[in-house]
Amino acid sequence: MTNTSLEPVVAAGWTRRRGAAVSLVQQFALIPVIVVLCVVGAFVSDSFLTLANFTNVGQQVSALGVVVVAETLILVTGSMDLSLQSNYGLSAMVAAWLVAPVAQFGLGVELNPLLGLAAGIVVGGLIGAFNGTLIVKAKINGFILTLAMYILLAGVQTGIVSGHTIYHLPKAFIALGAFYFADLPVSVWVAAAVFVAAGLYLRYTRTGRALYAIGGNREAARAAGIKVDRIRIGVFVVGGALAALGGLMEAGRVVAVTANQGTNLIFTVFAAAVIGGVSLNGGRGNMLGAATGVVLLGLVQNILALAQVQSYWIDAVDGAVILVALALSRVVGGERSTE
Amino acid sequence: MSGDPGRPAPPYVIEGVGLSQSFGHTRALTDVSLAIQPGECLGLVGRNGAGKSTVVSILSGLRRPDTGVVRLGGEPAPPVGDPAAWRRRVATVHQHSMLVPTLTVAENMYLDRQPRRTGLGRVLPGPLHWSAMRTGAAEVLREWGVDVDVTAPAGAISVEQRQIVEIARALSTGTRCLILDEPTAALERAGVRRLFGRLRPLLAQGVGILYISHHLEEVYEICDRVTVLRDGRHVRTGAVGGIGQDELVTAMVGPEDPLAGTTTIDAAPTPDPDAAPVLAVRHLTAADARGSLTDVSLVVRPGECVGVLGLAGSGTTTLADAVAGLVRPTAGAVLVAGVPLPAGRPDVALRHGIGYVPEDRHARGYVPMLGVGDNITMTITDRLTRYGVLSPRRHLAAARRLAERLGVVSAGTAQPVVELSGGNQQKVVVGRALARDPRVVVAVAPTQGVDVASKRALLGALDEVRGAGAGVLLVSDDLADLAIANRIVVLVRGRTFAEFVEPPWDREALIAASEGLGARDDDPPGTGITGGDTAAGDTTSGSTASGGGMGGTTGASAAGGTTGASAAGGTTGDSAAGGTTGDSAARGGTDEGGAAQ
Repeated sequence: MTNTSLEPVVAAGWTRRRGAAVSLVQQFALIPVIVVLCVVGAFVSDSFLTLANFTNVGQQVSALGVVVVAETLILVTGSMDLSLQSNYGLSAMVAAWLVAPVAQFGLGVELNPLLGLAAGIVVGGLIGAFNGTLIVKAKINGFILTLAMYILLAGVQTGIVSGHTIYHLPKAFIALGAFYFADLPVSVWVAAAVFVAAGLYLRYTRTGRALYAIGGNREAARAAGIKVDRIRIGVFVVGGALAALGGLMEAGRVVAVTANQGTNLIFTVFAAAVIGGVSLNGGRGNMLGAATGVVLLGLVQNILALAQVQSYWIDAVDGAVILVALALSRVVGGERSTE
Repeated sequence: MSGDPGRPAPPYVIEGVGLSQSFGHTRALTDVSLAIQPGECLGLVGRNGAGKSTVVSILSGLRRPDTGVVRLGGEPAPPVGDPAAWRRRVATVHQHSMLVPTLTVAENMYLDRQPRRTGLGRVLPGPLHWSAMRTGAAEVLREWGVDVDVTAPAGAISVEQRQIVEIARALSTGTRCLILDEPTAALERAGVRRLFGRLRPLLAQGVGILYISHHLEEVYEICDRVTVLRDGRHVRTGAVGGIGQDELVTAMVGPEDPLAGTTTIDAAPTPDPDAAPVLAVRHLTAADARGSLTDVSLVVRPGECVGVLGLAGSGTTTLADAVAGLVRPTAGAVLVAGVPLPAGRPDVALRHGIGYVPEDRHARGYVPMLGVGDNITMTITDRLTRYGVLSPRRHLAAARRLAERLGVVSAGTAQPVVELSGGNQQKVVVGRALARDPRVVVAVAPTQGVDVASKRALLGALDEVRGAGAGVLLVSDDLADLAIANRIVVLVRGRTFAEFVEPPWDREALIAASEGLGARDDDPPGTGITGGDTAAGDTTSGSTASGGGMGGTTGASAAGGTTGASAAGGTTGDSAAGGTTGDSAARGGTDEGGAAQ
């Protein structure tokens, strides 16, 4: 019993670098699916494999993508926010409401469009701060709280404009969604920048890594000195602001804010995140995966539209494709229902 | 040095003075003081609920005591809200893993203090330096003698490796104070020995260690002094050399404890060697991440307890899981009372009379938020229904009966199991396995992480089942558990390596066999089981080693020799004499068993 020699403890079943290899496989698991979709798309329509079409897809999914970034950040910390879709609608609505004249169902202050955009993002951040504080400090169940907020915010969005749509927004206001820069829509540039920034943040900063630690083992994160509560609330704030940004991009793209902007968006957001390998249990997922999830769903929508599937059937086909993508990502080691 | 540790003395690496803490109406800690000198290892022992965990959370800065102060190196401790400052002064390895399973080993080593490349000062810190993190982690772990892939997720490495990663991480901040909260709970013996091999140089360097453990033998092995807590109060502190094991157990259990001195494990009655086996495992081969099995055969007869011993990864838990239907074997069969069970069907195994106590009670043993009653009757709900509807009256009656039988201490059958102490949780798990009056109980590490009195009650329950004619397959690494076994099968790398057929067990021989000493690795033992059975029948040999490779080195034959008296008693199957001697001898060898007095 006095053996003091330090015998090496042999790794059980883990060969060198296998961990890295596995995560690499998961990372690119969806690439074949995207390739298959492109082949299918090419058969479906001649106009599929054109720059104009891909630009179109990019523009359509960019707002969704920004919200997926927001949800991914929140999911990584082990929380969830269902109200992002209503935040996406309400923040854009508030911004438009502050900018538009009374005749256009605005408030009447006719704020400078750029200030209006800023106000929209601030509103989004404040909603996130509210959610985060109640979830983290008052320890209210995040699912139920954000479900309530989802309903409440959507109601406010309809309420402030009595169900009307705000059209005729100033040019500066719609620049985010409607303008082009270097042959690509500004919204695509913005979404790409958001993805890259979030990806670098998650990978190369201590707070970024802290999000994973909090989602993977909250107690361990706390014991390691990470300011868990502050970071969790912060993520909700950033998530809210990003959702608002997404909403403003969408408003720019359609050159209007409708009373139901954002409806049903959250399901697509979750689908894109989970297909992209983000775990609903927290601690797992990255921006590259989330981006692939977004692109995949965007391509599906595009192909369904090009194939002129009867509009009554689009939702069913869309749901089926999401199901298949989920099953595929599960096969290659993505989200499991129980762990 | 042994008397009053509360006196202020600058050289103490850590010192808690007059610590008290209440949770609601419960007084978890009352005026407890302890202190650790540089280079000293202080053991902290006590039953579940004695206040050990509270002391750990106070001394590691996770909790502010209601009254009392903590001093580190003679200076006041940092405020509780500053975990980073605490981490620089006190390294704590908690009972529950504080690694992030989804992050790599390397990143876990540097959690929240990852190295960064050069940046632009505080405004724009440089990006994280991943390769430096990997190299640094690999280097530190190599110094600790752990060969582990630092790019693997922490959740994918072995429990022992995880433990060492935690200790290495905790100490890498240069702290002089190490708190180990039940570090060996999930380790097998060799792992414990390696851990101690790593702790001794630290002590020699002047690091002070607070060592919390249920395994008293470990306290004697590594600690200089020991402090006993009972019901949140300090009972005594003294040099380990000055406190005998019996004294220590009495101090932990207390004089008034109703369980003290009762329910010793009765002599194992010799089962009828001709009786048809209740459980037969034939040429079982299975692959599993926690250890594969190759051609393992064994039988359990009515009234017999067969112990299964093996290192982590040797396949012992896989064997238990396969019998319970939780692992689907690739070849071989499991027969209960002669009827083969379908592979991978736990429900059928249950109906055929297999009662199962899983290894990890938190993960598979109970539903935390459900009440004691719902958990303990989970296996028999079909018997508590009337026309398909659960009868509350029968349910309550059954729950009460089972809870009483196991001696579960709870606020009622409705209390959620998660609120109970570890020992009582385990009693619920065992109660659930016994609820159907099983023909065979398969128990994996049934006393892991429970206090001395609960341990005795749990083993008593298994012994009682065996006495009533059921078979028990007892998979355990704790030699004190195996004191109730009639035979012990040792698995090494998924194969039957040796079989010990007559108590008392020679501790050294068992350990040597489980580590595969005395036989060639690649020597397939074949059907050593039949030999074992015959031996059990005539009870003349102290032990048989299948494969025939076990020489005198293993001490297997010495097992019989050293305890000649009991061997003499055992030859005729005079269970009372032979068994009693065996029992006490086994306990003499293992400190845990000593708890049973």
